[in-house]
Amino acid sequence: MSAPENKHPAAIAPADISLEVHDLTVAYHKKPVLWGIDLVVPRGKLVGIVGPNGAGKSTLIKAAMGLLPVSSGWVKVFGEPVKDNLTRIGYVPQRESVDWDFPVSVMDVVLMGRYGKLGLLKRPTKADHDKARECLDKVKMLPYANRQISNLSGGQQQRVFLARALAQESDLYFMDEPFSGVDAATEVAIVELLHELKSRGKTLMVVHHDLPTARSYFDMLLLLNMRVVAFGPTNEVFTNDLLQSTYGGRLTIMSEVAEAVRAKD
Amino acid sequence: MKHRLQRALFLCGIAGPVLAAHAARIGDLSETSVAEQALRFFTFQDPSVRYALLGSILLGISCGLLGSFLVVRKMALVGDALSHAVLPGVALGFLWNMSKDPVAIFIGAVLAGLLGAAAVHLIKHTTRLKEDAALGLVLASFFAVGICMVTMIQRLPTGNKSGIDKFLFGQAAAIGAADVQLMAVVTGLAVVVIALFYKEFLVTSFDAGFARASGFPVQLIHYGLMLLLAFAVVIALQAVGVVLVSAMLITPAAAAYLLTDRMHRLLLLAALFGLVAGALGAFLSFLRPNLPTGPLMVLAATLVFILAFLFGPRHGVMARWWRQRSRAASVQRENTLKAVYQVLEAREFKGEGVSLRELAERRRERVEDVREQSAELRRHNFATLQEDGNAIYLTPEGWQRACAIVRNHRLWELYLTNAAHIAADHVHEDAEKIEHVLGEETVRLIEKRLNYATRDPHGRPIPGLADLRRGAAPETSEQGSLGYGRRV
Repeated sequence: MSAPENKHPAAIAPADISLEVHDLTVAYHKKPVLWGIDLVVPRGKLVGIVGPNGAGKSTLIKAAMGLLPVSSGWVKVFGEPVKDNLTRIGYVPQRESVDWDFPVSVMDVVLMGRYGKLGLLKRPTKADHDKARECLDKVKMLPYANRQISNLSGGQQQRVFLARALAQESDLYFMDEPFSGVDAATEVAIVELLHELKSRGKTLMVVHHDLPTARSYFDMLLLLNMRVVAFGPTNEVFTNDLLQSTYGGRLTIMSEVAEAVRAKD
Repeated sequence: MKHRLQRALFLCGIAGPVLAAHAARIGDLSETSVAEQALRFFTFQDPSVRYALLGSILLGISCGLLGSFLVVRKMALVGDALSHAVLPGVALGFLWNMSKDPVAIFIGAVLAGLLGAAAVHLIKHTTRLKEDAALGLVLASFFAVGICMVTMIQRLPTGNKSGIDKFLFGQAAAIGAADVQLMAVVTGLAVVVIALFYKEFLVTSFDAGFARASGFPVQLIHYGLMLLLAFAVVIALQAVGVVLVSAMLITPAAAAYLLTDRMHRLLLLAALFGLVAGALGAFLSFLRPNLPTGPLMVLAATLVFILAFLFGPRHGVMARWWRQRSRAASVQRENTLKAVYQVLEAREFKGEGVSLRELAERRRERVEDVREQSAELRRHNFATLQEDGNAIYLTPEGWQRACAIVRNHRLWELYLTNAAHIAADHVHEDAEKIEHVLGEETVRLIEKRLNYATRDPHGRPIPGLADLRRGAAPETSEQGSLGYGRRV
């Protein structure tokens, strides 16, 4: 069974689909946090995922990568089940998700971006080091290559994570709040980088917190609040009505039912 | 000979009422000084201690290596729980054929350890309890079962000679050839697995989410690590004892953590520290009869940790203290230089020498204090003193440094008022601190940003690069600039 026809923004040829999510439901401790997500994302799009706190934004991208157990539904990446295509996926986790006192250098972290393609047992080669250096240079962090990661500012940490994602040389990127806690200069640099990646045909799914900038940063927006409120080109989706139904307290019934599902268990 | 022995024992801080019993250790020694004993012990000459030393070294290496991952993964408590949970398995392994068969005990202990880990997992995932509570619970209950079983075994007819009680506090002397073989296999396995899967262990320890998204079997690698850890704990049991074995996992790795900030060096250092602690602890426990090895090994490891804590070159207490001290001294020197500059400036750079009285007035300090500061400047070749010691002359280096500090101070004041729009009377305090930390690169940036301004917010001239390079006050050279000449 394929995704409902009306969710396709004008029928997209299968070859042009980067990410397809079908009827995805995710629950934490039996409590559903995402309900029946359907999504068809064309290639080469810069997609912002916005919604209020607890809307399931991070959960959606983690579930899409297969990092979380799902209650139902499936995810395809470039036409194949996501677990068979992980090497074509790049990931920028939330900055707070790691221990920045960990004994690794900036270079070590960026090299981790190469690990996925290396597979088990193989060591990073000279070419991998060169690639990592190139990616560090792209985010202007090359001078910090040999530093331990604990002495970096928030913006620099984020750049390191981006460099690592670049080193993955993927076609589809998931980024979890890459703009959180970064300075204005870094924010501009990141936006430029995202646009450059897009212009090279990459698809980017970016969890974003700030509504005003979402409008100018992204081609497409996914308005999320436990279910897909709307998904489409930014100018079509960024409307008062849709934002209202994303952020306004429209979901009390859904939350109550979720609570009831958990309580009954 | 007896005298030498007594002195030796005194040296290691042990009073010696049990000298006769002592003489029975380390292969009924003919040598008696600690140094000679140590020589015999550590050169493997003595067959009776050879296994103990080898075993202690092996367990130190494997515990250090695997403990490193516990420390960086913030799982130190897991080691503690695991080591206590293995005791019932040790007892069962013993009961298998009523002897200390290393393989039976190894299998029993590993199984008990894994059962403990599974219990923690179960509690964590089916109740609202968090990991620390689950660990504490499992640790205590398994340990209690183990103690009961060990006590029962000792009551058995053959039990009291079994030496099973040694598993509580450890006795390196109990290590035999079969034990060493098993320890060598486990340590070799740990080294090989960590070397082969270093990349996997690194990425899953640092960022498990990313590792999973990159396709690594994070859970499997975690279980592999736990299994190796259980192995390391079990081979260490006999020498270190159940109660303290977790310290051999954590302490060497923690000491290494203070000394380096790269994972591979952490592993090597932790293995080295584990080795040293193991060997030293085993040696100390042989100096007197019935000294438990475990506590001595742990004390040796703790000594290494304390040394790292105090004398670590980068993060150590002494290094930090020394850095602060030399930083404070350098700030003090720079402030004196600045005062000399200001005195010279106040009389428009007429005459090179600055009397200590003038300097004391400027610094609002006593002449004796200023005399000391001047001597300090002389020691650093920033100044020379007049023969009677009452006046100070800046050397070219001193002039350069003084200029640079004043320049930093005034540029920063101007930057704060012009670029950050802070009132001119609010900027001095800040500049007093910043002047000592600004680097040349930043100063040039600020200068450029301020369009090479020549006057600070209070109207005083800002020394330029030319003034710095000249190496002496403008009076003594042909082209006077210093902001005065530059503006014609």
